[in-house]
Amino acid sequence: MTLSSGFLVRYGALLALIALLAFNFAVTPNFATMQTLSVNLTQVCTIVIVGIGMTLVIATGGIDLSVGSLMAIAGALSPMIFMGTLIPIEPLWLAITLGIIVPILVAGMFGLFNGWLITRFNIQPIVATLVLFIAGRGIAQVSTNGNLQVFKVPEFQALALARVLGVPFQVWVMLLLVIISAFLLGRTIFGKQILAVGGNEAAARLAGIPTRKIKMIVYGISGLFSGLAGLIVIAMNSAADANLVGQGMELDAIAAVAVGGTLLSGGRATIVGTLLGALIIQLVRYTLLANGVPDAAALVVKAGLIVLAVWLQQRGR
Amino acid sequence: MKSNQNSGLRRLFYSPTFAVVIVLLLLTVFGSLRYEGFLGAYNVSSVLRYNSMFAVVALGMCFVIMTGGIDLSVGTVAAASSVTAAIFSPYGLLAGLGAGLATGFCFGLLNAIIITRLKILPFIATLATMLAASGTALLLAHNETVSVSYDTAFTSLGQGDMFSFMRPEWVDADGASTPAKFLGFWLAFPIPAFLALLAYLVGALILNHAAFGRHVLAVGGNEDASRLMGLPVNRTIFSVYLISGSCAGLAGVILAAQFGAGQPIEGVGWELFAIASVVVGGTLLTGGKGSIGGTLAGAMLLGLIFTILNFENGVGWISLSAYWQSVVRGLFLFFVVVMQSRLSGVRARS
Repeated sequence: MTLSSGFLVRYGALLALIALLAFNFAVTPNFATMQTLSVNLTQVCTIVIVGIGMTLVIATGGIDLSVGSLMAIAGALSPMIFMGTLIPIEPLWLAITLGIIVPILVAGMFGLFNGWLITRFNIQPIVATLVLFIAGRGIAQVSTNGNLQVFKVPEFQALALARVLGVPFQVWVMLLLVIISAFLLGRTIFGKQILAVGGNEAAARLAGIPTRKIKMIVYGISGLFSGLAGLIVIAMNSAADANLVGQGMELDAIAAVAVGGTLLSGGRATIVGTLLGALIIQLVRYTLLANGVPDAAALVVKAGLIVLAVWLQQRGR
Repeated sequence: MKSNQNSGLRRLFYSPTFAVVIVLLLLTVFGSLRYEGFLGAYNVSSVLRYNSMFAVVALGMCFVIMTGGIDLSVGTVAAASSVTAAIFSPYGLLAGLGAGLATGFCFGLLNAIIITRLKILPFIATLATMLAASGTALLLAHNETVSVSYDTAFTSLGQGDMFSFMRPEWVDADGASTPAKFLGFWLAFPIPAFLALLAYLVGALILNHAAFGRHVLAVGGNEDASRLMGLPVNRTIFSVYLISGSCAGLAGVILAAQFGAGQPIEGVGWELFAIASVVVGGTLLTGGKGSIGGTLAGAMLLGLIFTILNFENGVGWISLSAYWQSVVRGLFLFFVVVMQSRLSGVRARS
């Protein structure tokens, strides 16, 4: 019993992914095509990138509800910079570089704000990040006056549309971040410290780990990654809509983390698991859509999936 | 000894509820001086009518938070309940009310089972229920709003006035005296606000005078100790999610009745409003301490702030687009949680 459930926890996500793939090969028409692969990979990128930040936050025993709103802020800010509506910037390459770096840094700053609220005032993460969850999207909407910013700047959109070795650029970015973060979490002292804070914060503090600093950093990282994901979304759509960018992303990211096998109470985390979890969620959505199940039913399925994943994970402990 | 004597008075002055009530009064005075018609019968009754559903949701949330839990599903559960209430409204007022309450109860039951039986963290469990309720609402409503029946008395649950049947004519006569107008206002007390008040009254009685109320606070204060003392911890936690679900169901009924339609995509952000009201009212987010009256005051304060913002848009020096509302709401929550953290920090030290 313990053996089998332990096995389920470790390889459950992988098995579920394989089962989903097998099901699709058998049932869904035109599944085994490059186009299907490409569509699913490009759509899963943002979930994975945000999910990595979320994994680190959850590993410390926290949560970040503000990710979607931070995506909207970065997405609203970027076109203003590279289209020169804020201040005209010449030449174009400088405008685009700034249009990528500044929004990501701003999102990172907001992430640090989350961390500051949590560490300075001892506010529970779920409430502290609720502040930006509400206000963040408002900030993005106010700064664009709720308007859609449409643009056609291939140099910027290369972020999402360019292909390297036939694979979309954003997929490479995602893989790079997965590898770096997996290394960071699994093989560095910083990673061990993150897990120690999540496992037992009081003990970690007594052991001399700078728990506050660690927490600030993970919320900062979560902000940076959300900013990047926001830019990828607007580059894909060649438009920035502050009302829609990142809408509901916190749920997708948390679901990916939970399905991937990271302990939601902190102390045990897996980046590769989050990647698998995001793939599963994307594939479930695709499977349901491709087989004509309405969107609303997909929500119910996703809910069941989250509960099942967390329940299996807890039985394995 | 001396500090003991006036500790009751001191406690009152330092209690968060007292502070909220003072702010509430100051804002009301400010509003009535600044805006024409702010305290007029029409404005007061429409503010009460509109905010009653949020207040009801906040009541359920208060019970959940007092046990140290959280219920993120209230908004979409209210939306789902508004849909079922609208579907059953042709069969009469009670059918619509019953359907909405039952829907809320069922989703509350789902939360309760996932949390107490599967031992899943409240925030994850209710997040999942949030998705499930939203999906169910859209499926039942076929992705559009569902009109309620105007042939039955159902809409009076949202649009009706409490004592309209016994309203004398002289109250509305031209040049009616001030007391007559005053009486007229009270006779026009909105039914949804009355339902909300009733719910709060029952809630306060349960919390302060029933064994269950003490169990709720004990579980929130220290779950392990409560278990060791032999308190029915699981049953208590189970019940608060049922209460919260039912409250969300009632709010959904009011929503459908007030706007004449079941609205599957409403309820976004309601949980935040409810959490903010509860926190403003002085209930600790960590559980173990709470105030029903404070939650009501908190909900009224939030409603009042938005009314003032709306009035300010009409006459004032700032023009706030609707988008500013969420920024203001976020800032407000920010100040409240920081204040609460400060206050509880001071209390812990002294």
